Amino acid sequence: MLSIKNLHARIEDKEILRGINLEVKPGEVHAIMGPNGSGKSTLASVLAGREDYEVTGGVVEFLGKDLLELAADERAREGIFLAFQYPIEIPGVSTTNFMKTAINQIREHHGEKPLDAVSFLKLMKEKMKLVEIDQALLSRSLNEGFSGGEKKRNEIFQMAMLEPKLAILDETDSGLDIDALRIVANGVNKLKSKDNATIVVTHYQRLLDYIVPDFVHVLYNGRIVKSGTKELALELEEKGYDWIKEEADAIA
Amino acid sequence: MDKIAGQWIIDSLEIQFEAFEKSLNGQGKSAAHQLRKKAFESLVSKGFPSAKSEEYKFTNFTKAIEKNFDLKLNSEASDLTAESIQEFEIEGLEAYRLVFVNGVYSDSLSDQITEDGIIVTSLVDEFKADSKIIANGFGKIADFESDAFLALNTAFSQQGISIQVADKAIISKPIVLYYFGDAQHNEVSFHVRNIISTGKFSEVTIIEKFDTIGTNKSFTTIVNEISIGENAQTQYFKIENDNEQAYHISNVHARQASSSNFKTFTFSLNGAMVRNNLNIKLDGEGIDTYMNGLYLLKGKTHVDNHTVVDHLKPNCHSSELYKGIMDGNSKGVFNGKIFVRQHAQKTNAFQSNKNILLSDTATINTKPQLEIWADDVSCSHGCTTGQLDMDALFYLQARGIKKDKAKAMLLHAFASDVLETVANEAIKTYLENIITERLEK
Repeated sequence: MLSIKNLHARIEDKEILRGINLEVKPGEVHAIMGPNGSGKSTLASVLAGREDYEVTGGVVEFLGKDLLELAADERAREGIFLAFQYPIEIPGVSTTNFMKTAINQIREHHGEKPLDAVSFLKLMKEKMKLVEIDQALLSRSLNEGFSGGEKKRNEIFQMAMLEPKLAILDETDSGLDIDALRIVANGVNKLKSKDNATIVVTHYQRLLDYIVPDFVHVLYNGRIVKSGTKELALELEEKGYDWIKEEADAIA
Repeated sequence: MDKIAGQWIIDSLEIQFEAFEKSLNGQGKSAAHQLRKKAFESLVSKGFPSAKSEEYKFTNFTKAIEKNFDLKLNSEASDLTAESIQEFEIEGLEAYRLVFVNGVYSDSLSDQITEDGIIVTSLVDEFKADSKIIANGFGKIADFESDAFLALNTAFSQQGISIQVADKAIISKPIVLYYFGDAQHNEVSFHVRNIISTGKFSEVTIIEKFDTIGTNKSFTTIVNEISIGENAQTQYFKIENDNEQAYHISNVHARQASSSNFKTFTFSLNGAMVRNNLNIKLDGEGIDTYMNGLYLLKGKTHVDNHTVVDHLKPNCHSSELYKGIMDGNSKGVFNGKIFVRQHAQKTNAFQSNKNILLSDTATINTKPQLEIWADDVSCSHGCTTGQLDMDALFYLQARGIKKDKAKAMLLHAFASDVLETVANEAIKTYLENIITERLEK
């Protein structure tokens, strides 16, 4: 589904990704872990198409298409979804209106008719339940004045609405209390299927108790320096990142 | 003697003023005409605003007029019909329509208002009769010394209407003043004056809309003198969606009596050069004043909003919100003055001006000006100018929304708090549609 080969990217003069290789297949959950500043969020942003980053080398293929050739909105219409680490507050745009526009643009892209008001409302109600989010919240301006937990739940709500093929969760667990974390993880798990895939970017192992990964990758200095299964996450939780850094630095 | 600015305009006008005086016959001795004479003399001695004039520093209207207009007396008849102006009407708005063509009030194109509590008359008739309406309303609120173009209008305007709303009258429909410039054959210039008075406890909504038909240039000045009675609720809209050849100067001067509520909305969407002077005197206690404005500019359009809110008495509240989106080579100017006089204790006055520049060549000059002589007041002001929020744009795009659409959504959202203040649904929808169409182009 997603194939990343030797991906390099920088922001201004600073090289942040220095040769990422990653294969994601349908139905899989990959966790990307790593110390602060290792490039985790950069990888998520580059995959979603944020223009602040310049891709200086490598290839990314998504469902047979050259992902790097597509603008952010085209990627989203092809089925990539980024749950933001810091969801943006947009005064004057309600989540409801925003989702209606997004869904209909995606449908148009796939040659489908726009959803009528009734079907849209039905879909909203169904997905709201999934992330236990309140209608009143969705009628308000997008994320404006939302608590941290509400913002993250809104991200997962949007993901549920758009039904992406590849979801990238960028530090979705940061700042969440355990109840909010459970709700968010529960939402993600319910959306999992054999046809879609998830990349979970996180600093901590805690989220992985709830969203169980098939693979765990450790990013350090812009490269994946270690890959394993969920046991690797537990090991990191116990021992921290220093041993990984030492190992990686020794090789470099 | 130093050369005054706009000498060429004055020379052209002098011939017109003489001809005008000759045509007056018996009216020449009226108080109104004495005022016209004084206004014209003031123009002749002081001239038009120069490039150094503080009030017209960023908007050199004098030069624009000299450069673009012939200023021959415009008496060309227009053959605009009810059908030809229909497309400019505000769709879905139940309203009384009053129509001006090239500055001349058209009885045949206008609705006859027979509702109790409101009397609409042509100022031509009022001037002829040298009526009480003229005596009490012409030049009483709008002081021609405050603005050269106001003086010009005072000297020359013969056309216009008087709207008198009786005490306790709740007018059932808004009144729309449609101004059509017929510039199909030649440049047009006209000067219109309206006298509006709203009685105690009355309620009325007045809308002014400007359109030019044809591609020649137009130069127009419109002056509204609005007297708002005690406890009256008055709304006033100005919708400027003229063509790219329109040079327009508006002066709205209002005086509010105690416990009245006055809401103004100024929407500037198109034109060559537009100047809006909005002056409101809060001459009573317990007054509420709202000044809302939105300017959406592109191309070479230049729009200058100058507002003055003058708190003369205690316990009043004024609130001002102007927002602008500028693209292309357009230019916006905002100057908001708040005066709080010594007696005006417990004044609450707020002002905000926010701007988004969409291109490197669009500009905005914004200047809040507070002068406060009272010591127990709450006043605030703020202005911001920025570009479109790129993080917000990426967020919308990351959900599959095309860049242009995402941009339009953000700009619409930016403008929304001004639009939200419009209570009339038909007007709101009309403006929203214009904005959507403009932004998604």
